[in-house]
Amino acid sequence: MFRTLLRIRRVEERLVALYPEQQIRCPTHFSIGQEAVAAGVCAHLSAKDLAMSAHRSHAHYLAKGGDLKAMVAELYGKATGCARGKGGSMHLIDRSVGFLGCVPIVGSTIPIAVGASFGSRLLGNSATTTIFFGDGAAETGVFAETLSFAALHKLPVLFVCENNLYSVLTPQSERQPHGRRIVDVAAGLGVPGEQVDGQDVETVFDVAGQMISRIRDGGGPGFLEFLTYRYLEHCGPLDDTRLGYRPPGEFEDWLERDPVRIETERLIAEKLIDAKAIERLESELALEIDDAVEFAQASPFPERAEMDASVFA
Amino acid sequence: MGERELHYADALNEALDICMRRDERVILMGLGAPDVSGIFGSTTGLLEKHGPERVFETPISENAMTGVLLGAGLVGIRPVMTHVRQEFAMPAMEQIVNQAAKWHYMFGGQASVPMVMRMIIGRGWGQGSQHSQSMHAWFAHVPGLRVLLPATPYDAKGLLISAIEDENPVVILEHRWLYKTFGPVPEGHYRVPIGEPNLIHPGKDVTIVSSSYMTLEATKAVRSLADDGVEAELIDLRSIQPLDDAMILESVRKTGRLVVCDHANRNASFAAEIITRVVEQALDTLKAPPVRITLPHSPTPTTRALSNYYYPTDGHIVAAAKRLMGLPSEDPFASVAPEDTLDVPDPSFTGPF
Ligand SMILES: Cc1ncc(C[n+]2csc(CCOP(=O)(O)OP(=O)(O)O)c2C)c(N)n1
Repeated sequence: MFRTLLRIRRVEERLVALYPEQQIRCPTHFSIGQEAVAAGVCAHLSAKDLAMSAHRSHAHYLAKGGDLKAMVAELYGKATGCARGKGGSMHLIDRSVGFLGCVPIVGSTIPIAVGASFGSRLLGNSATTTIFFGDGAAETGVFAETLSFAALHKLPVLFVCENNLYSVLTPQSERQPHGRRIVDVAAGLGVPGEQVDGQDVETVFDVAGQMISRIRDGGGPGFLEFLTYRYLEHCGPLDDTRLGYRPPGEFEDWLERDPVRIETERLIAEKLIDAKAIERLESELALEIDDAVEFAQASPFPERAEMDASVFA
Repeated sequence: MGERELHYADALNEALDICMRRDERVILMGLGAPDVSGIFGSTTGLLEKHGPERVFETPISENAMTGVLLGAGLVGIRPVMTHVRQEFAMPAMEQIVNQAAKWHYMFGGQASVPMVMRMIIGRGWGQGSQHSQSMHAWFAHVPGLRVLLPATPYDAKGLLISAIEDENPVVILEHRWLYKTFGPVPEGHYRVPIGEPNLIHPGKDVTIVSSSYMTLEATKAVRSLADDGVEAELIDLRSIQPLDDAMILESVRKTGRLVVCDHANRNASFAAEIITRVVEQALDTLKAPPVRITLPHSPTPTTRALSNYYYPTDGHIVAAAKRLMGLPSEDPFASVAPEDTLDVPDPSFTGPF
């Protein structure tokens, strides 16, 4: 799990560094700061379990076991990308590990994921479905409509809301009634859950573990609202703290609770890892990422004929 | 004294400001409308000038917010709603198509819905399938909606003012690549009449009809056709619903040749509507079959390798016009390479967009 956490961070840091080279030419939303949710939740999911996400999906794709090379190639718009270059950062897919896809239209994958869960039930298999989305997505109509349906049919679906406080540049307080928790809205719609610290990967792991067992045991849908924080701008690789939309000190406070740092310090304190092991892990990851980037850069662009390919099945 | 020039974004901003100053019932809402990026600059400063009661953010609840806006319109507010991408208005199709468009008719003309829905058409830098469509033909298909596609800063300001002052629901589609264009914009209040096309360039050999961003490509095409001795007449639609087609018919009767440019997918595009009208009313004057220049009938790919082959350019218009004239022409995509960086309007345009 620590490896997953660190891997997501290092992959995204590399992409941030590469972005200014202008070879990645698609809107790209980074989840640096929010990795613990993906790492902690997905640690309970097998490749048979399904997951979907939205525009900020690198972490979910990787934590679910998505192919790093195919992801980087997708960002580079290459034929070897997971969507053959046609999708870019906001349309990742890896069906071999149960990652069913993600899209940038806010809220739109919530019903699709619930449909996948409904379908799995009809097919008689035991897969669970997890849908990752932001606090903003909880404002969409389909959110309420879908949760009601999931509750009605007691579907094996886990709703994971990563509440990073913002929708683009707008704080939650300007979009939702004061003092109302998203998890309570979900409960009102028939999907019970918890609001949890999303910065501590072990807390995420524990809470998600209990919830997923309950879902697997036929307990119906569950909702987890994780409190977390995005470090970079909404879309793109830059630090946007100078825009002034975050209250002073907020960013620094959250940095104190950086998920990678919290877990590293804990593992060291508990003597489960030492500086040497971390160094080894870091260099392994660096090599793996080098490889993926090289693969993406060396890969060909799709042929022109690919334009009309797959408009219809 | 030279004419004052403004950016398209600033022209829109000025239109909003003028309407808000003239009529305090005009309000502005939408995701990002009051924030620092201000819908690509088109709403910047309006919050400071008009206050948070009249310029405000909404939840990501497009369908509900469109209904709310419709309701406010019914009791006398004149709302303007912004969508940073046209696709973000798609969840609101129910309120737009079933409710707003029909309200006046369905209640026997006893109520009207004076509301404006600004939608921006994305394009470039890998915007992909869900961030770069232009669905103007859909909207034009719905009775009761006005559908505007301003191509110049002048029209952007004048049409937005007309839209806000109109008694009907109006969809105004603004192409992202036009935002940084520059052109003459008079000070103060003026209207561009809704429904009247704009004769941009007179000519006698071939009629080119275009709208929105394609009008820029068509303008370039007209220039290079002139170098080849072809005098093209260029008509910008500005408004596709309503549309007074008299100017187009008159032009085709003169030239006998028609090229229609449409920045949308081919099948059932608005280009087809233009050609139908011409065929219905001026078939006997056509010297050659009319030509449609559209996007291919596939969703927008994200990779620049394919988007380089996706968007028609001035070269396509020139080639089509020459073919109609019986002159030799070549495939403008022939010289395009997948590595080219054609998915931006100019080199200063960098990601993430
Ligand atoms: C229907 C729709 N409306 C608006 C947008 C523009 N948009 C893209 S991401 C985003 C913010 C979403 O916030 P949240 O769901 O909290 O996710 P976060 O970006 O914080 O991860 C918005 C408003 C969109 N993509 N889709």
